[in-house]
Amino acid sequence: MNSNSEIYSLTVNGKTHEVRDSWVGESLLYVLRERLDLPGTKGACEQGECGSCTVIMDGQAVCSCLVMAATAIDSEIRTVESLSVGDSLTEVQDAFVTEGGVQCGFCTPGLVVAIEHLLSQNPDPSEIEIKEAISGNICRCTGYGRIFEAVDKAVSVRKAKSS
Amino acid sequence: MSSTTQTTTRRDVLGASALRPDGAAKVQGRFEFSSDLHAENMLWGATLRSPHPYARLVSIDLSAAYKIVGVVAIITAEDVPGKKTYGLISSDQPVFAQDFVRYVGEPIAAVAADHPETCRRALAAIKVEYEVLSPLTDAELAIQPATPPIHPDGNVIRRQQIITGDQDLQGEIIVEGTYEIGMQDQAFLGLEAALALPDSDGKGIEMHVATQWLHEDQKQIAACLDLPAERIRLTLGGVGGAFGAREDISLQVHCALLALRTSRPIKMQYSREESFYGHVHRHPAKIFIRHHAKRNGEIQRIEAKMVFDGGAYASTSSAVLINGVTHIQGPYRCPNATVVGYAVRTNNPPCGAMRGFGVVQACYAHESQMDKLAAACGLSPVEIRLRNAMVTGDKLITGQVIESVAPVARCIRETDAIALPAPLAKTAHPLEIVGGSGLTSLPHNIVRGIGWGVSIKNLMYSEKFDDFATARCQLKDGVATLKYATVEVGQGFVVLAPQIARSVLGVDEVVLDTVDTGIGSAGSTSASRQTWMSGGAVDGACRLVRQRLFEHVGKKYNIDPLRLVIEDTDVVDMIGDFRISVIEASTGVLIDETFEHHHRPTEELDENGQGNCHVAFAFVAHRAVVDVDVELGLVKVIQIATAQDVGRVLNPIAALGQIEGGIAQGLGLAVMEEIVLDKGKMRNPSFTDYLLPTALDAPSVVAVMIEEPEPQAPLGAKGIGEPPCISVTPAIAAAIRNATGRELPRVPVRPQDICF
Repeated sequence: MNSNSEIYSLTVNGKTHEVRDSWVGESLLYVLRERLDLPGTKGACEQGECGSCTVIMDGQAVCSCLVMAATAIDSEIRTVESLSVGDSLTEVQDAFVTEGGVQCGFCTPGLVVAIEHLLSQNPDPSEIEIKEAISGNICRCTGYGRIFEAVDKAVSVRKAKSS
Repeated sequence: MSSTTQTTTRRDVLGASALRPDGAAKVQGRFEFSSDLHAENMLWGATLRSPHPYARLVSIDLSAAYKIVGVVAIITAEDVPGKKTYGLISSDQPVFAQDFVRYVGEPIAAVAADHPETCRRALAAIKVEYEVLSPLTDAELAIQPATPPIHPDGNVIRRQQIITGDQDLQGEIIVEGTYEIGMQDQAFLGLEAALALPDSDGKGIEMHVATQWLHEDQKQIAACLDLPAERIRLTLGGVGGAFGAREDISLQVHCALLALRTSRPIKMQYSREESFYGHVHRHPAKIFIRHHAKRNGEIQRIEAKMVFDGGAYASTSSAVLINGVTHIQGPYRCPNATVVGYAVRTNNPPCGAMRGFGVVQACYAHESQMDKLAAACGLSPVEIRLRNAMVTGDKLITGQVIESVAPVARCIRETDAIALPAPLAKTAHPLEIVGGSGLTSLPHNIVRGIGWGVSIKNLMYSEKFDDFATARCQLKDGVATLKYATVEVGQGFVVLAPQIARSVLGVDEVVLDTVDTGIGSAGSTSASRQTWMSGGAVDGACRLVRQRLFEHVGKKYNIDPLRLVIEDTDVVDMIGDFRISVIEASTGVLIDETFEHHHRPTEELDENGQGNCHVAFAFVAHRAVVDVDVELGLVKVIQIATAQDVGRVLNPIAALGQIEGGIAQGLGLAVMEEIVLDKGKMRNPSFTDYLLPTALDAPSVVAVMIEEPEPQAPLGAKGIGEPPCISVTPAIAAAIRNATGRELPRVPVRPQDICF
């Protein structure tokens, strides 16, 4: 697939990646997953409806399936892979595990990114603010109950740490 | 290819909220779903599908597609070396269409190419000539003998009646209705995906795939490829939810064929739209039902006619039908019954397994009836259900005696005891008000309603099927290693299995081996069966290992092994002072045992629907509270109260997650989710148009788990996966009726059903 191919660079998780031999129509989601070896971001609807592909682009939570990769050359992109490495989970990630917010786990990376983004903007969100912030992330397994618990726990752990 | 081996060392035994060993990988994005798999030199596969619901296939011209640079292979029905058809119960579904296409989305060809975009262009370049035929899309018309068959096997997949007791009895009170259930999609998030790696001799395949039942896939793939089953080696690729939709084959055979044809690894992955076409859905159903009762509300007889639209191919329709007709009485005593059910073939999309499997449809009908009966008898919804609630020892309309623990009345009472939510506050945030942030609902149009639903659900497979499960346990140096082919779809067997091993063996460290076909079948992750069946197999294997460990310790220390027990992490003499840690006791020895768990045998139904066809049953009650904007027809589900018969809670957080998750899916069927068909064509195969519950739609769930251990169950625990999604749908519909006074004989309830 060499037609219309271009070489361009993307800045992902603080690192510059050269994207070669690609088709310019590729979405950011496709390039992250298939070309940059960053499969943590998931795809499930290709229409920006489910939030599985949520990444942070220039400080905004976006659906990477709706962004053409080649238009993101001047942007700072952060994916789920940037949040933690090894055993050191973030408060949000840890709470997802301990409160039962993970079942099949397919929506989880997108939700974790969306919630990290929410808490970076609003460290003590109300119940309705939490629901609104993640209403663009569909979870088919949990019915959201344990996810709400996880957010509450992450917020309280963060508060305890900062006080 | 990384192994899916997982190790956990937390001392979490049965009953504790042990943590998922795959949790950290999933929150970090490290967990490998089947769509994340890659191989060197890999090609992409894609499927060409029929745009017509019914047509004769005249010709296929691949020449233009082959000219596209990057296209490596294109295969059609001619390239299937073995059986040209497949299917779970009857093999009636073509791998690729041969003479006819029978539904929109039926596979016609598959292409392998260097890039998904090349695949897309190649599919667009394949020229297919069709002779378009008039589709059969009316399930009731399909039953008529005069209707021409759309498949060599005929249009009626199965007819089953249940005839018992007095066939002429007329009750003092008679209520009836015709109820419809729309077509629901499982809508798992992790789309169908597989990676097939051909063996170098071209006579075998290694496949990594997201499925519900590895050994069934293996059997069906082998038959289509005309290869021995042992040459089709399946490993579970990470599964992003299933809910029934992965019980049937989707891309497996296509992917394997392309790998063998190209001698290169093939990755196939559906888009969301293709996923809607590529897997079966919940059967839409139409159910007429009439209850005869005494004036005091006691049910005396039911009459019912049930029609399940199976779509173009059989899938599990015959089993779904049996669940429907055998559960139409609900969790209520009923001595006389006249029931007939049909599962039929149409040119609609094929339907098969979805969580609740035939019982969801039956429950919507019988629970709608219970409220009519209550009204006719002057009783409350709770009173009518308590008056008829079945107990252990009662006989079902099939003649089968309920031997399971049956706390139906307790489910109802404990649900009833849950506090109702506070009235809608005047100061409520717009997002808490029906209609949401658009501020479309005026306070004086909002009416609150309360409704009930109670259900019975069979556990495991039925009608003589021996859906056994296999597990192997090895103990060495204090570490237990478990091997099984039990598919983890998110339900949590991955956390339960180590809990069982820790409880039985007193070990801390449990290693979970790769889930693949390198051991006997575990059966399907469906029918609320894996805790019971694979849990029973793991428990059995661990118990065999424990016995051998006691024999080893007994011999070494000269103690009668029968005196030894596990206490925490030690082997202890019940009578004497001897105590040794399990780690020390198992150092330097390898104990290796495999166990198959079989449930008790069941029977087929006879021509009158009589027979002990089910293994066991679980029960649940739901009470829904909704706010309805009666002018705009909008609904917000405020609270679901539930008490569920779970037998025994093995992991409280995991159990609660199943309950809340099932409720959300039942809510979806009640007010949001439907695949809309127009002459066999799906109108909404996308997440933009097929609406799923979001965090803002999630009600407050108050759940009570009723623990009355089930004597038949190896761990005392009943399956808990399906019951949560069954009676919540009629409970929500009943609450909307309560608020609006409308009959609402159809789910999902749409705005126009409420306000016009």
